[in-house]
Amino acid sequence: MSDTSEQVPAAGNGLLDRRWFLKSGGALAGATLLTAKAGAAREPWTSVPGTGMSESGPPSRYENHLKRVNVGSQPGTTGAGSSRTPLEHLDGIITPSRLHFERHHSGIPDIDPDRHRLVIHGLVDRPLKFSVEALSRYPTVSRIQFLECSGNSGAMIAPEPVQGPASQMHGLVSASEWGGVPLSALLDDVGIRPEARWVIAGGADAAMMSRSVPLDKILDDAIVALYQNGEPLRPSNGYPVRLFLPGWEGNMCVKWLRTLKLTDRPAMTKDETSKYSDLQDDGIAELFTFPMGVKSLITSPSPGLSLGAAGVYQVSGIAWSGGGRIRRVEVSADGGRSWADAALDEHVLPKCLTRFRSPWRWDGGPAVLMSRAIDESGSVQPTRAAVLEGRASNSFYHVNGIQAWQVGADGEVRNVYV
Amino acid sequence: MFMSRWITAVSIGLAYARLCDAQSPMLGEPVSEAELADIDYVVLPDGRGLPSGSGTAAEGKDVYEQHCLACHGASGADGINDRLVGGHGTIDTARPEKTVGSYWPYATTLFDYIRRAMPYQTPGSLSADEVYGLTAYVLFLNDIVDENERLNADTLPAVKMPNRENFVWGYEPK
Repeated sequence: MSDTSEQVPAAGNGLLDRRWFLKSGGALAGATLLTAKAGAAREPWTSVPGTGMSESGPPSRYENHLKRVNVGSQPGTTGAGSSRTPLEHLDGIITPSRLHFERHHSGIPDIDPDRHRLVIHGLVDRPLKFSVEALSRYPTVSRIQFLECSGNSGAMIAPEPVQGPASQMHGLVSASEWGGVPLSALLDDVGIRPEARWVIAGGADAAMMSRSVPLDKILDDAIVALYQNGEPLRPSNGYPVRLFLPGWEGNMCVKWLRTLKLTDRPAMTKDETSKYSDLQDDGIAELFTFPMGVKSLITSPSPGLSLGAAGVYQVSGIAWSGGGRIRRVEVSADGGRSWADAALDEHVLPKCLTRFRSPWRWDGGPAVLMSRAIDESGSVQPTRAAVLEGRASNSFYHVNGIQAWQVGADGEVRNVYV
Repeated sequence: MFMSRWITAVSIGLAYARLCDAQSPMLGEPVSEAELADIDYVVLPDGRGLPSGSGTAAEGKDVYEQHCLACHGASGADGINDRLVGGHGTIDTARPEKTVGSYWPYATTLFDYIRRAMPYQTPGSLSADEVYGLTAYVLFLNDIVDENERLNADTLPAVKMPNRENFVWGYEPK
């Protein structure tokens, strides 16, 4: 254990200087140190050879809680619903593909890649269709980026704090290495007509899910993704081809992508009008609020991950912004009265989850933990109250307010509004 | 001399690499009009993309009761799934009720969505006439069209939804 004299306070109620991790080598009070007992009897797993190799590696059977949560569908359907990433059980920035959140509108289609074509048409010189094999022969780019449903964290609009794991409220965000073909290359092939301004993306699911995407975004950084975390997309993430629009609403990143139609105006699809529009309390609704705002979340401690004895803990979480890189994350242990800079992990990538950590000496008394992210454009994560200002009572998209976790004297963590 | 030749070779190499970057493998295949007709479901608010055919609310009632009632209820406001009818005048109140009638800005969206995705268990099973009829019936239940008003590619885009003027754009394409 480190000498407590090196624990330099950085903010109220026990937050320590982020560099404490470096000085202490990261050893935390409360962390279990495995010490080998010389001469003692071997544990069973050191006494017999283990199992053999396999074609696919499952997680440890002791990690069976590592599952998507809130797996649910609308009444009368089996595939119109969502599931969430168990954020509080993960570390780092990459979401294992099997745990990436889902939001489907009519289930997961079982697409034969040999029969699938991506068709680009509309205001183009030459409509073309691309096989998956053909797409895989185009120069591929790869980026590690987040994908967030714009309904994520919608539970924060509830008048009283909803109690449950962090993933239940905030688990509609994940991050992956997405590999695929820049759409600008495919649009060069078809030739864009001058009057084109929008691209209507359509999926090959039973709902033929569709969204209108501005052509400038498509040309800027959109890809047709074929790979996720090094392997072909999982069916639940759009196999064999999905649209990926870095930093923008997950709903627009149409899975099982089949059609891209260039038009001079948006189609005003069901999702972009009746669903993903932001209603204000004066009855005016905003369409096309595409980028996801700057946001952060403390994943540990969080509800369900209670604290044990008083001592030094690692406050850890994720921060992200559709506006670019995360520049800074601050953490408070006193409900926002004072803030300390968190340490950011090495990988601070644009439009990606960034992992932050703060050492915190919990004195065993009540505390309220909060995190606040700032991105490279200077945008600051707003308070919950600021997010709700002027919003209709049931308007739950683009909620990026600061989450507060109350730590009780018993070590239990609860959702609170400050 | 040797060095400058080497530099020249490198420069040519780099120029060639840049040229290759700009070159596409051009692996797309032409698409026939018939193929496009099969996969193009886009309907624009001005009516472009709407198929021929037509329907009225009176004609759509039977289709609704057969295919939609189980999830959306007999009145369109009392089903287990999305509420289609009612909520008029609530959008700017403390309890907004978003339905097709109270919230949706464009009637063409209803045709587009039904044709793509409904009925939930058998999407694609309805004829264009049936989709026009269903569209008319849901609009009729919301007092937006008359029972015998015939909707088609010309008349549907002309239907003015009550909440149309209350939408603003958060993004203008560059």
